[in-house]
Amino acid sequence: MGMTGEGFPAVTTRRDAVVAWGQKNSLWPMPFGTACCAIEFMGVAASVFDISRFGAELVRFSPRQADLLLVAGTVTFKQAPILRQIYEQMCEPKWVISMGVCASAGGFYNNYCTVQGIDQVVPVDVYISGCPPRPEAILEAVLKLQDKISNPQAVPPAQFKVKEPHFDY
Amino acid sequence: MKNEEILEKLKQKHPQAVLGAADRFGYLEIQIAGASIAEVVKTLRDDPEFAFNMLIDLVSIDYSATQGWTGERFALAYLFKSLTLGHRLQLKVTVAEDEPVVPTISEFYANANWLEREAYDQMGVRFARHPNLKRLLNHHEFVGHPLRKDYPITKRQWLSANESLMDEMDVRLKAKGYQ
Repeated sequence: MGMTGEGFPAVTTRRDAVVAWGQKNSLWPMPFGTACCAIEFMGVAASVFDISRFGAELVRFSPRQADLLLVAGTVTFKQAPILRQIYEQMCEPKWVISMGVCASAGGFYNNYCTVQGIDQVVPVDVYISGCPPRPEAILEAVLKLQDKISNPQAVPPAQFKVKEPHFDY
Repeated sequence: MKNEEILEKLKQKHPQAVLGAADRFGYLEIQIAGASIAEVVKTLRDDPEFAFNMLIDLVSIDYSATQGWTGERFALAYLFKSLTLGHRLQLKVTVAEDEPVVPTISEFYANANWLEREAYDQMGVRFARHPNLKRLLNHHEFVGHPLRKDYPITKRQWLSANESLMDEMDVRLKAKGYQ
């Protein structure tokens, strides 16, 4: 029931609603932290801006055990196949949050080595802007994702469609 | 040792290698012929009066965008410091564009291994007899040398699959006695 796959099943049944409630309140994040945003994620996961208030408590550093891939930091072209492999190792249903401007759009690294947005590599559910984003912004993104899980649209907006990895050689 | 003394002593030991000297805001820079960089560096490291036991950095420079530059296209700047005696030194080696080869100093300084790999990766300067001269920062399918002035800075190149880096790992394992 994640954001990958052929379409978005609308939550029509009570059972779907209960399953969605369970999924959204127990997201297990896997922080794919490559740069400074990972430090900010540590702040969010710590006691003051507590992400476990929203159920995302069990931070798992293995993609096999997580369902939320939180890409925090710059992704270079050298790192892109690794990110794709980690994403593919996660089980359905899975969601991706792109944290920070580097992951969302390349940040201020408009150069030869930075992927200009990880949505060229993995499909993204929620984008967070900021360099780094405030912990409150990350929590808002988790809340937005929870809304998305419990109210999936019947037709996905274009930006959330699955994009094939872009290889132009 | 003072800058003048360092320059004098190096001129005595390697008269053909020293091409000139300059003062860079109080720090001494000595221009060295590229072919003799290895022996000069050996002297700098081993001579007890020099005792330059730390290679701080190895920087590659592309002069092709500099106005009015008539010399060779590339240069390498080696920065040395003596931890025991305290003095610093910069060596400058100019490298021609059509044959950008310089002897390696990785046998004298362990950190020169990766510093030279970075100079090769970003600028295209090759180092003769380097144990493993391959790209360091850019991926192995990257074509070109991105920090050259004629490389378009936003030209991106995708990577299809990572290399396993086991060639470097095997060397390390052997060196530590695990294979």
